Amino acid sequence: MSTDFLKIEGLGKAYPGAPEPVFDGVNFTMRRGEFVCIIGHSGCGKTTILNTLAGLEHSSTGHVFMDGREVTAPGLERGVVFQGHALMPWLTVRQNIAFAVRSKWPDKRKTEINAHVEKYVQLVGLGHAIDKLPSQLSGGMKQRVGIARAFAIEPKMLLLDEPFGALDALTRGTIQDELLRICAETQQTVFMITHDVDEAILLADRILLMSNGPRARVAEIVVNTLPRDRTRAGLHHDPQFYPLRNHLVDFLVARSKDLSHGRAPEHPPEVRPGLVALNEAAA
Amino acid sequence: MAVAKPWWQGEGFRAALLSLILLGVILGVWHLATLPKVAAGPALSPEQIEYMKLMGKDPAAQGDSAGSNFPTLAQMGRVMWEHLTDPFYDNGPNDKGIGIQLAYSLGRVGLGYLIAMLIAIPLGFAIGMSPLVHRALDPFIQVLKPISPLAWMPLALYTIKDSAASGIFVIFICSIWPMLINTAFGVASVRRDWLNVARTLEVSKWRTAIEVILPAAAPTILTGMRISMGIAWLVIVAAEMLVGGTGVGYFVWNEWNNLSLPNVIFAILVIGLVGMVLDGAFARLQKAVTYVD
Repeated sequence: MSTDFLKIEGLGKAYPGAPEPVFDGVNFTMRRGEFVCIIGHSGCGKTTILNTLAGLEHSSTGHVFMDGREVTAPGLERGVVFQGHALMPWLTVRQNIAFAVRSKWPDKRKTEINAHVEKYVQLVGLGHAIDKLPSQLSGGMKQRVGIARAFAIEPKMLLLDEPFGALDALTRGTIQDELLRICAETQQTVFMITHDVDEAILLADRILLMSNGPRARVAEIVVNTLPRDRTRAGLHHDPQFYPLRNHLVDFLVARSKDLSHGRAPEHPPEVRPGLVALNEAAA
Repeated sequence: MAVAKPWWQGEGFRAALLSLILLGVILGVWHLATLPKVAAGPALSPEQIEYMKLMGKDPAAQGDSAGSNFPTLAQMGRVMWEHLTDPFYDNGPNDKGIGIQLAYSLGRVGLGYLIAMLIAIPLGFAIGMSPLVHRALDPFIQVLKPISPLAWMPLALYTIKDSAASGIFVIFICSIWPMLINTAFGVASVRRDWLNVARTLEVSKWRTAIEVILPAAAPTILTGMRISMGIAWLVIVAAEMLVGGTGVGYFVWNEWNNLSLPNVIFAILVIGLVGMVLDGAFARLQKAVTYVD
């Protein structure tokens, strides 16, 4: 299909000495402007897939194509938000983001860089902390800076490796709302790893369900049929919410372990459990 | 609610007081130990004195030195005053002021240390960044590192054929190892995440080294530099005793040959104080580059 912005074909990763690859036969595509979450148990290779998309790791088999070109190395058209914020502790918030901005636009003048940095710091609501060091910020604020840094280089695609994993529930909620707003504003294409089912339902257009390893695969693609203007506060009142949520949890609790060792299909079916439940209720 | 303690209960004040008391005790013991002894036993008859003089033991001469040549506090004070009021006199090769001698020593240490730094830090970067270079150089480092720097002296004197340059070489060889090893360790243990950030931003190798690895490893590198400076200051005294001519080490040795213990003690104190100042300077530098993660 020509509309596919990102295409993953037969991706697999085997480590020397291990009898079976961690994952193999991973296939999926993403459209431009789409928000995709990937869920799966630890050890199924989610982070490896993300790192391969980022170009930081190389897969053993398969290919990643973005915008018609194969991804083989890290690049500025893909922004990464790391699990631990990965801010440089000797630089202030401003300097951390300026480091990224200067990398993308080396010829920009100082004042231009500064204005650009300030714009993205405002975007995540940290204008008051712009000249602070990371050690003076809370965990949630640090992660926001990480997000601002990734957005500041205006990448074609954003890769988020479980960015809210270490945050408390309240902080997490606030930043989720912010991320939702920013992505809606910027039409950003996002690929995100999460362990949180509710987070996936709130943020994602489609949710990739990964089976357990070894030989893990993307076993199923769940289309999120909840209206796109959904909010964290109203999410659980939607009639589709619980059917969708139960489907995801059932997969993680019961089905994913039976699909290890390559028993999952290589080309995952797309399902719409929310819509199915809605139609059943209407009938 | 915290109640501010009166100043005399503060820990800083109490520690200073204790230090002063200790100093007083040390000076007191010194003073008592060097008091002139009161002539013990019955007075000697003229015949006995004459006999002792014949045997080479002059009771009159022994009397006022109290049986010990260790200087009294008053003698020490006089010597210190002389040196401090005129530190830069130059009365020929064997009689120079302590300031001039210190300048020679500091110059040698500074030069040897600087050369070591210029080699150790880039080389440490190479070792830290490349496992291949690390494995290739490791056997050499392991063998060369434990060698006492003075063991190099004969070789240095033979090949360089210049005693001043040999002293500098010895400083160089003793201060290179902690800097090299710490730089390599600091560079190798820079957090992967930071390097990955640089990679995803397509930052060049050179810029990564300067803007990411150097500040990340700076606290470890500075620790190595501080250790190196400490060792260099230890070694310079011994090196100058061997090569002679100038410097505080030579000063100590020369005053020993003059049997002038007050001068030796004064020089020891000066060496300690200068070492303390050098270490303090590096401690401040270290603090300046340390970051809180």
